[in-house]
Parts: sequence; structure tokens; C-alpha cells
Amino acid sequence: MHLTVWTYEGPPHMGAIRVASSMKGVHCVLHAPSGDSYADLLFTMVERRPSRPAVTYSSFDARDMGGDSAALFQDTLRKAYERFRPQVILTAETCTGELLQDDPGGLGKAVGLPVPVVPLKLPSYMRKDNWGASEAFHSLVRGIAGPKAPPGGKRPPRPEGAAPSCNILGPISLGFRNRDDVEEVRKLLDLCGVRVNVVAPLGASAHDLARLGEADFNVVLYPEIADTAARFLERAFGQPSVRTVPIGVGATRDFLAEVARVAGLETVPALDDPRLRMPWYSRSVDSNYLTGKRVFLFGDATHVMACARVAAEEMGFAVVGLGTYSREFARDVRACAEKYGVEALISDDYLEVEAAIEEARPEIVLGTQMERHIAKRLGVPCAVISSPVHVQDFPARYAPQMGVEGANVLFDTWVHPLMMGLEEHLLGMFREDFEFHAGAGASHLVGGVVPRGDEALAEPATAVAEADGDSPSSASGGASGDGAPVWEPEAERELKKIPFFVRGKARRNTERYAAERGLARISIETLYDAKAHFGS
Amino acid sequence: MSAITLNGVEAPCPEAYRDRGPRSVFCGLTSVVWMHRKIQDAFFLIVGSRTCAHLIQSAAGVMIFAEPRFGTAVLEERDLAGMADAQEELDRIVTRLLERRPDIRLLFLVASCPSDVIRIDLKRAAHRLSGRLAPKTRVLAYTGSGLDTTFTQGEDSCLASLVAEQAEPADSAGRSLVVAGCLPDVVEDQFRRLFEAMGVGPVHFLPSRTSEPLPAVGPETLVLAAQPFVGETVQALERRGARRLSAPFPFGEEGTTLWLKAAADAFGVDPARFDEVTAPGRARAKKALEHHRETLEGKTIFFFPDSQLEIPMARFLARELGMRPTDIATPYFNRSLLDAELPLLGSDPCLSEAPDVDEQMARCLDLKPDLTVCGLGLANALEAQGRVTKWSIELVFTPVHGYDQAGDLAGIFARPLVRKSLLKV
Repeated sequence: MHLTVWTYEGPPHMGAIRVASSMKGVHCVLHAPSGDSYADLLFTMVERRPSRPAVTYSSFDARDMGGDSAALFQDTLRKAYERFRPQVILTAETCTGELLQDDPGGLGKAVGLPVPVVPLKLPSYMRKDNWGASEAFHSLVRGIAGPKAPPGGKRPPRPEGAAPSCNILGPISLGFRNRDDVEEVRKLLDLCGVRVNVVAPLGASAHDLARLGEADFNVVLYPEIADTAARFLERAFGQPSVRTVPIGVGATRDFLAEVARVAGLETVPALDDPRLRMPWYSRSVDSNYLTGKRVFLFGDATHVMACARVAAEEMGFAVVGLGTYSREFARDVRACAEKYGVEALISDDYLEVEAAIEEARPEIVLGTQMERHIAKRLGVPCAVISSPVHVQDFPARYAPQMGVEGANVLFDTWVHPLMMGLEEHLLGMFREDFEFHAGAGASHLVGGVVPRGDEALAEPATAVAEADGDSPSSASGGASGDGAPVWEPEAERELKKIPFFVRGKARRNTERYAAERGLARISIETLYDAKAHFGS
Repeated sequence: MSAITLNGVEAPCPEAYRDRGPRSVFCGLTSVVWMHRKIQDAFFLIVGSRTCAHLIQSAAGVMIFAEPRFGTAVLEERDLAGMADAQEELDRIVTRLLERRPDIRLLFLVASCPSDVIRIDLKRAAHRLSGRLAPKTRVLAYTGSGLDTTFTQGEDSCLASLVAEQAEPADSAGRSLVVAGCLPDVVEDQFRRLFEAMGVGPVHFLPSRTSEPLPAVGPETLVLAAQPFVGETVQALERRGARRLSAPFPFGEEGTTLWLKAAADAFGVDPARFDEVTAPGRARAKKALEHHRETLEGKTIFFFPDSQLEIPMARFLARELGMRPTDIATPYFNRSLLDAELPLLGSDPCLSEAPDVDEQMARCLDLKPDLTVCGLGLANALEAQGRVTKWSIELVFTPVHGYDQAGDLAGIFARPLVRKSLLKV
């Protein structure tokens, strides 16, 4: 047993429902107890689907637990076929069904429906959501596309003058920004003059799956979902795969180069789209403060690896931690982490993730819905880069992660919380400033401004220093009991002329300088001596 | 099941039935999400699968991140392989849990479908752990599995385990009132004030806000069910000699008055006193309901099964706001607890118990009711077909009982209709 409060991934049958619900004419029939239908609301609420997901549950309860549960499953299968008239049916058990040993595969065949019934084996106590989706998609592709494979997986050469074509594999229901990524990747393929044959599973029909073999190659957008199916297609149809995930500017260029190579194009199209604003935004002087920002990344393998590159090479961040809950891709993520000189965290225990984040002391966290809450608790800026996500990350507006517009979206999304963080920091700094103290009125309004005397002016230094994490030994210029140097009033006033964002550092340096030299009092001279000594 | 008898007359609706088919309901585990808010020093440890943890996560929404007092011991392959160490595993997990949460005084081991099917004996585990952890922490077990419970029945199962744990009844327990069913604190306080003003008492609310055991229950204990889904809890109390007071449930002005009246009569409260105490609340409730009458009057309403609140809600909406219920489905038709509701409901609506969800969807689209009450898995699908819906879970999480919530309760049903008339997109 493993104690958990929440989980990055659902059980594997969730993946099967996601595949069926992504497609047209595919229905999933699950041998499941009453209550497992809770999964429906992720589709109807989080993704805001206007229809129920393509799944029917046998909904057995305690009364059915005798010999009836098998018959109940067959009855459910029959009824689901009659009601929904799918072209293909997926059958599986949920975790409780797995314990009953009713064998939905055999039972499903015995019903003798006039459409293919594809049985899935989903080990609920070992595997999870993405594995289930990958297995369901692979089984469908094998069952529907497989029979038409050419002998030995040999592809006939492309007819002279015909445009190269590809399938886009992996986009799926409840996938993070999958809807818009597909549109953006279509634009990239257009740029190369590559025709899209089939997108699957999202939006594909069983008939479309039968046409998968017609394409020249496959684009694997989300390896978590499509890797197994793509490998099968490689073997069965001799279709090579494009595996670069075009998240970020550099990866998008690499993607175009890989497509060009795989499609046998003579030139790699240039990425000179005027919509691509990200590189300029990142170079503009306003972005200087992003340099070396410590970033911690966590999420599914695809997004973490792609976003780490964007963070390091395109935002100028320092990657201080990186990890995934996708155990299937642990090896790739470990290799990726090595490039940044950190050790990958492979875990689905949020407490471990939380501890790693605390340990790494990042200035920004890029993660899932879970990391958003961890970061909120730690008071660290955060942006979401991967599933699992909540309803706000299935936005109404166009918001891809991939390609040209994806790069723009990433820049805005990541910088926004940092700007917010900086803004909050400034407000904290200015909290006791002569214009911003609690008693001051709103700006541009006459009256309500409380004049402050010299005495009151002595306080801000303390507040500012504290806000900066400093603990001044003699902040208000008074005597201090522990023998630490005392600030002379003139020096204290001079200190306040130093810009607030370096004031705390100046105070610490000066006090350290004075203490090291056994000075009892800090004069203006001491202040500038220290500045000269430390070089700032 | 054949037609249902209502008001002494056979209901004319031929669909008053229990049908077998796919369902779209929550299991009893879901009740953990509100029960843990009520009992402030209790922890709910579900023993189940990743599905159970995922369900709780989906149902609890953002609440899951506020250090909640619930969690799941997720079964793994090796737990399925051999039963021998299930008890040891539980011991290990509970020990670790209580080290991290030493403030926990009451620990519930909640059974799920998987733990039921592989027959992990949680009762025995609870008993053994209780012995080890006493007197600091009590450990109880109940089931919230989908095999046995639907949504709010999980609360019933939990409360029944609390009653069953009671020591034998004291001979001279004295007359007292137990209000059974989880109520928001604000509602509990309102009822407490009304009972006090009438001189009804002592009153004990089950569950109470802390893990304190129930005071002695015996032949002089009277039970007033505040929720229609506490059948098993009431039975457990009756087994200890307590007597249930028959009353409709305290929704709306009428329901609340009749509910309070049942207690007042049992405690011999002077009718004049009763009127005096309840008059201000009744007037306020009536006034608040008037705000929503225009929106709701004459509208038809269709209930999918969810919480067992469907029948009292339909009664309230029909009698106090002039709505016309067409179909009322309930996950479990507890005839005896509804003895005072059914006569008030009339014989028009079609009643069903746990019907086939696909059949019901078809019927709903066919009937085109003005408002449909259903779960979140169905609501958007119906809206996309042009139907106006009210998602039913809100009725369990929002204070809706008593006089001062009557207007809010009506507002829950009026809001979707008002919104439909506002939107021009």
C-alpha cells in the first residue's frame, strides 16, 4: 500500500476513455462498479465538452457480485452498441473489474457484434492514465491499420511530383493544449509543403485509422500517448517518425529540419514568420532581469524536456531542478537533466516534489496544477506547462505551446508570474517609503497625505531592510546591546539615498566591513570605504 | 418494482420502477469531501485503488491542496498477491499517518470496491488499531464503495459506524433528541437556537463537530433525520432503542415547520409557544421565497438520481414555488424515511430508483423539461442540447436547510433560468 493524497495520473482506464472520446465512432465499454462514472466529469467540466464522453460502464453493484456480473457486462455491451452504433468498441476492466476475473475480452467476442470489439488489458495496480491511453491507441492502430501493412513494412516510393504526407500522432482529449498545438503544427507542416494525412486520436474516425499506412511518415507530438503506436507503424509500414517536439523556437527549427530530412526535401524552410515575436522579446533590454533566474521544472516528460531547453537557451534561466512523473520516459528525462548539471527527480509523490522544490530554492517553478499549489504555498512564482491541469488551462482563446505562436505564448505565460512577483516585491519594498507608507493617500489626490517628521523617516530603513531579508543590527541608529557597529545619523541618511533594491546589500556589506575592522560607529566615510572594498 | 403507492393511491405513472442499467452516480467515498470538514479532528483513510484517489481528487477540486484530513492507501500488485500482510500494511500506513498528523483523534478506515472485493477485513483492522492507539485515537471502519453506496450513502455508512461504536445504552439516559445527518455549522446553530427557545432538549447533532462520542442512546432517545439519506444510521439508533420521529425534511418554510413540529410535539411543547418561536423564521422564509416565485412558478423540473435529496426538493419546489416535477429519480428509494414526504408530493411525478442513465437521458430530451437537476457528467451535455440544468452536487455543499436558507435554496434552482434569460450569445 502507498499513502497518497493526490495523484498526477488517473488509473489506466482513464486513458482508454480519453482515446475513445477523442475519436469519432469509437466507444469504450468498461466493466466497472457503479460510481466509476465520476471520470465523465473531467471531460464535461475540465475540458468543457458539450457531450458525454464515449464510455458506458457496466455499473455492477453488490447485488451483481454473484454469477451475474459477466452477463451484466455482455448486456451493457449489447445495449451500448445499439444506442451509440459505434464503428469500433474498446472493452476493458477498471481496477475492481480486474479483480472479478470476468474476462471482458472473451465475453465481448462472445456477444458477436457486427463491429470490431478490441479488448484492452489494463493492469490497474501497476500502470496509469498515460500508459492506458498509449495502450488503447496502440491496440486500435494495430487492429485497424495493421492488417493493410505492406509485406516486410516496405513502402513503395512516393510518386513523382506528389507532396510528401504525414500523420500527426498523439493529440488526445484532456491533453494540455493539444487542440491548439495541432493547428500550430499544421502550419509548420504547410511551411514544408507536407500534407497531413490523419491526425489521431484527436478527431480521427476508425476509417481514418485504416488510412494511417498511406502517409510517408509520422509526427509523434506526444510520445506519452503515441510512441508505442508510432513504433508499430514503423515496423508495419516502414514509416519513419519525426520525434522532435516543436516546443520553443530552437526546437521548432529542429522540427522543421527533421521534417525536411524525413520527407526528403531539398531545403529546410526558414522560420521567418513575422508572428514570431518571442526571440525579440527575450532579447529586448526589458528581459535582462530574467538572466539566471533559477527555474524548477516538473511535469510529463515531453513538456519538461522541451521547456527546459526553452528556459535555458531562450529565456536565459538557470535550470536548478527538473523531473517527471512519467516513469515510462525516466531514462530520457535523466539524460536531459544531465545536460543541465542536475539530477532528475522521477516520482509521482507530490511530497517528494515539494521537498525537491524547497531544496532547490527556485525563483520560478514550471509545472503542473500540483506545482502551482506547491509554489503558492512557498510564495514562488509559477506557470503551468503540463498536465494535470485544471479548467482554466483549457482556455477559450488560442493558446498553443508548440510552433511559432506557442513560443509567444510560453514567453508571456512564464514572464507574467515573474513580473507579478517583481511587482509584489517592489510594493513590499516601497511599503514604508515616504510616498507609499500605510498612512499615505492615493496618488494624485489632495488631502489624506499624512506629513511625516524626521522621526517617522527613521523607521522605513528598518522596514526596508527587513523586507529585504536583512536583520540590521543597528537599523534605527540607536545603541545596540550586542556590540555591533552603530550607524551615525548622517550615514543612515546617506544610506537611504542608495536605490532601495541594493540598499539591503549595502547595509549588510557596510556592517560586515565595520565589524571586521572593529569599528564601533559607521560614518559616511565607512559606508563608502565599504563600497570601495567590496566593489559595489 | 411495480408502480409506487403514493398517498394511498397507486401512482399512475407506469415508469415508477427500478431498472437495471448503466448509471451515472458518485460512490459513497465522495462523502468524505464534506464529512471531513464537519468532524474537525477526524481523518478519513480510504483503502482502495488509484481510481479511488483520482475520484477524491476530482471531487475535492482545489480543497485537496489545503492539507486535507483524508487520503488513500493505494493498493499495489503485491497487496493483491497475498492477503497475509494487508493488516501489517495498514498498521504501517496508519502509524506513519499519525506521526505526521498527531492531532487526529478519530480515524476512519473507509472501504472501497477493490478492498471489498479482495475482502480486506477493515473492521478487524479498526478494532486492532483502536486497541493499540487508545485512548488517544479511536479507529472505526465503514464502507464507501460503489458496490454498496451511492454518494450521500457514504455519510450514512459513516454515521452508522459511529452509532454502532456506542457503548450499551444507559438505563436512565433521559429524554433527548438526536438530529441525524451532517449539517453546515451555521444551520446547526440556527436549529439549536430554535430547539432551545421551544424548550426541546438536550439536542445532540450527529455528527458533531468533534470526535466526541455520542451521549448514551436508549429508549428515551428521539431521532429526527435532517437528511433523507440516513436510513442505516436511523436503523442503528433504533436498534439501541431510540425512536424515530416521522417528519418531512427541513427544506423550505413548510418542511422546516413540520420538521420542528415533530420534535416539538414529541417533547410536549405548547402549540402557542411553537408558533411564537417559529413565526419570525416562517415569515422570513416566505418573504425570501417570493423573490424566486416569478422565475420558478409553473416551470417543469426533471431530477436525475444523485443524493436522495430529490424527493424532498421536488416537494419543496412544487408546494412552495409552484414548480411541476415531471420525473424524480433517486439512487435509493427509502420508503420508510420518506413516509411524511410522499403524501405531500402528490401523485403526478414519475418516480424511479437508480434508472438506466441512457434511457433517462433520452426521456429527458424528449420531455424537454424547463429545468433538469443532474450530475456534472451530464449537465453540459444537456445544456448543449438546449436544456437548462442545475448541477445537483451544489445541494450537498451549500447550506440549504431551515428557514433562513429557504430563499438561497430557491435561488439555486432559479439562477440557471435567470442566466438563460440574460445571455444573448
